[in-house]
Amino acid sequence: MEILMCIVAGLLFAAAVYLMLSKSLLRIIIGTGLLSHGTHLMLLTMGGLKTGAAPVLGEHAAAYTDPIPQALILTAIVISFGVTAVFLVIAYRAYQELGTDNMEQLRGMETDD
Amino acid sequence: MKTNDVIFQTVAKVVFFMIIFFAIHLFFAGHYYPGGGFVGGLLTAGAIVLLLLAFDIKTVQHGFPLDFKWLIGIGLLFSAGTATGSLIFNVPFFTHAYNYFHLPLFGKTSLHTAMLFDLGVYFVVIGVTMTIIQTIGESE
Amino acid sequence: MINLPILPILIPLVAAIVLLFLSKNVQAQRIVSAAAAAFTIIAAFAVMMKVEAEGIQTVDMGSWPAPFGITLVSDMLSIMLVLTASIITFCVILYSFRSIGSGREAFYYYPIVQFLLVGVNGSFTTGDIFNLFVFFEIMLMSSYVLIVIGGTKVQLRESIKYILVNVISSAIFVIAVGYLYSVTGSLNMAHISARISEIGAEPIITVLAILFLIVFGLKGGIFPLYFWLPGSYAAPPAPVLALFGALLTKVGVYAILRTYTLFFYHDQAFTHDILSLLALLTMIAGSIGALAYKDVKQILIYNIIIAVGVLLFGIAVMTEESVAGTIFYLVHDMIIKGGLFLLGGIMIYAAGTSNLTKMGGLIRLYPALGWTFLIAAFALAGIPPLSGFTGKLLIVRAGFEAGEYVGAIIVLLSSLAVLYSVVNLFMAVFWKNPENKLPEEKKQTASLFIPAAILVVLSVLYGVGTEAVYPYVMQAVDALIHPEIYIDAVLKE
Repeated sequence: MEILMCIVAGLLFAAAVYLMLSKSLLRIIIGTGLLSHGTHLMLLTMGGLKTGAAPVLGEHAAAYTDPIPQALILTAIVISFGVTAVFLVIAYRAYQELGTDNMEQLRGMETDD
Repeated sequence: MKTNDVIFQTVAKVVFFMIIFFAIHLFFAGHYYPGGGFVGGLLTAGAIVLLLLAFDIKTVQHGFPLDFKWLIGIGLLFSAGTATGSLIFNVPFFTHAYNYFHLPLFGKTSLHTAMLFDLGVYFVVIGVTMTIIQTIGESE
Repeated sequence: MINLPILPILIPLVAAIVLLFLSKNVQAQRIVSAAAAAFTIIAAFAVMMKVEAEGIQTVDMGSWPAPFGITLVSDMLSIMLVLTASIITFCVILYSFRSIGSGREAFYYYPIVQFLLVGVNGSFTTGDIFNLFVFFEIMLMSSYVLIVIGGTKVQLRESIKYILVNVISSAIFVIAVGYLYSVTGSLNMAHISARISEIGAEPIITVLAILFLIVFGLKGGIFPLYFWLPGSYAAPPAPVLALFGALLTKVGVYAILRTYTLFFYHDQAFTHDILSLLALLTMIAGSIGALAYKDVKQILIYNIIIAVGVLLFGIAVMTEESVAGTIFYLVHDMIIKGGLFLLGGIMIYAAGTSNLTKMGGLIRLYPALGWTFLIAAFALAGIPPLSGFTGKLLIVRAGFEAGEYVGAIIVLLSSLAVLYSVVNLFMAVFWKNPENKLPEEKKQTASLFIPAAILVVLSVLYGVGTEAVYPYVMQAVDALIHPEIYIDAVLKE
């Protein structure tokens, strides 16, 4: 199971890298979203995908799943939510201000400060 | 083109309250079970977004005459304030206090100061989400 | 008061929240933010006195005992950096009153600066590796806003690059923390350190060391990973640039210093050699940039990269003396970079351009500015008795003693490059005759000049008063060279 999850995370990373290398700003942002998904999946796998009881809820079980990776992922999700939101707003502003979402055309405009 | 969205608007008004109640339920469930301020806030913001879709920004602003940026501040004040309270009692930062109370209607209830912190999170999430959506949506 | 170490994080946080409500009243915002920064300095100073008297201070957040909860740890290194960061922020806030512009002031500039200070002070103080990530993100999120606030075209374009680079580095950071957790089963930095010493020099630990080096290197701007830095840092106005140049890259360097002394000191032949190689390349690349550009901002920005190289070299040598030198130089570099960028901002404001070929002759109108800049330039290059000297001397001497002759010589040569680039800057801006007629009337710069001068004076005092600072630095070095001190203080065994 862990290996399968690692492969899935790898696929997500590959897709993210592909998207981030494209010219369109929106695709880049979607790429960052996929990147953070891959990261979270990886983090979950790192804690071990045990089949123990849910932590915290009960007191009488033979084994518990490690709650720390889940807590970490929650934090990481919230943070990536915030970052993606900021990124979207800035990209939208940039699109309005610069009139393009093509990274190719965003190059070298040192003079129009 | 003016579309005829009477059904959507009527349904939205009803569904809005259902979502809000579910959000509040999730918020309080977060005490011991999955849920909490973040999900609750996100769901509440989702309900408001539904109204935004059904009506338009002006109508919704009329219905919620508050600056969502202030909501962020209020929420942060709640969260930071709860954590700072531990300074007064000279216990480590973020230490929370809890006890069991017998309340009318609810019976034996456990009350945590962590709930106030979560309330702050709830407000912050609503404030942030709505601010983002308004910022992007306003210019259309 | 057991919560003392948290005050330098809490005061800016509360101030930022209060400032959110004052967005309409600029005057009140200024007063609150300056007062908050002043209180932060006082709090940091109080913590420093306590650390000096009683050793490492820890706070277990939420009363969860050490390896399980998040612990904040103020050892001498972190509190020195917190104090320095707070002083710089205070000066930058004073400087912003007259320079940042009412548009930015109304758009949450001051609260965001406070949030940035929360992130920076938190990163310095935290004793939990995931909490470090969280504070990094607070700092980065504030820096995203600061880099784009004002919304000029160049800012928007550069902020996109900056955010993208940092999103990727954050993703790698999370993965690295995940690996570390799966190897050691802990997130508390002291506990991780103890567990790693039990494991010893396993290859996976070395892999982790390199992953963390990539993450912090992207933030700190070391050799192959600094590509985004010159462009992004040149976009925002001078006070923001001063904050970035003085604080953000140094947080990356601090994180490398912390992790490489606490976690990854078992396989030094590999990790610290890579570090040393990268340090040298960083210095060379920075020197080339600093010598090649004809722009005030770019020259100063490439000087950041040179300084990062020097600091990394100090970490790579990893003897008691070199670490002492690194700490000396780290504090010096934060102060002097803040001062230099503020002075550079005044120069650009006075001349109306940042292009060296179009500037000149400012010494006639602004003599005080010119001479202060020269002092700051000499301090940056490390001319005795100014502040850069002690740190560099210790690093170079440690380098020679450890047999790293090439590295030590490159550090010395990079000092020459620094000296040449900043004196060249001085000559071009203040001395030579301008090609075009410069505006004859003198602009009002006194209110901008004072905060910059405070930083330069501090740097001079720091250099002259080396003897007084020395015991503090040695206390910081002690905890870094002997991780047991840190571990015992946190886990209270």
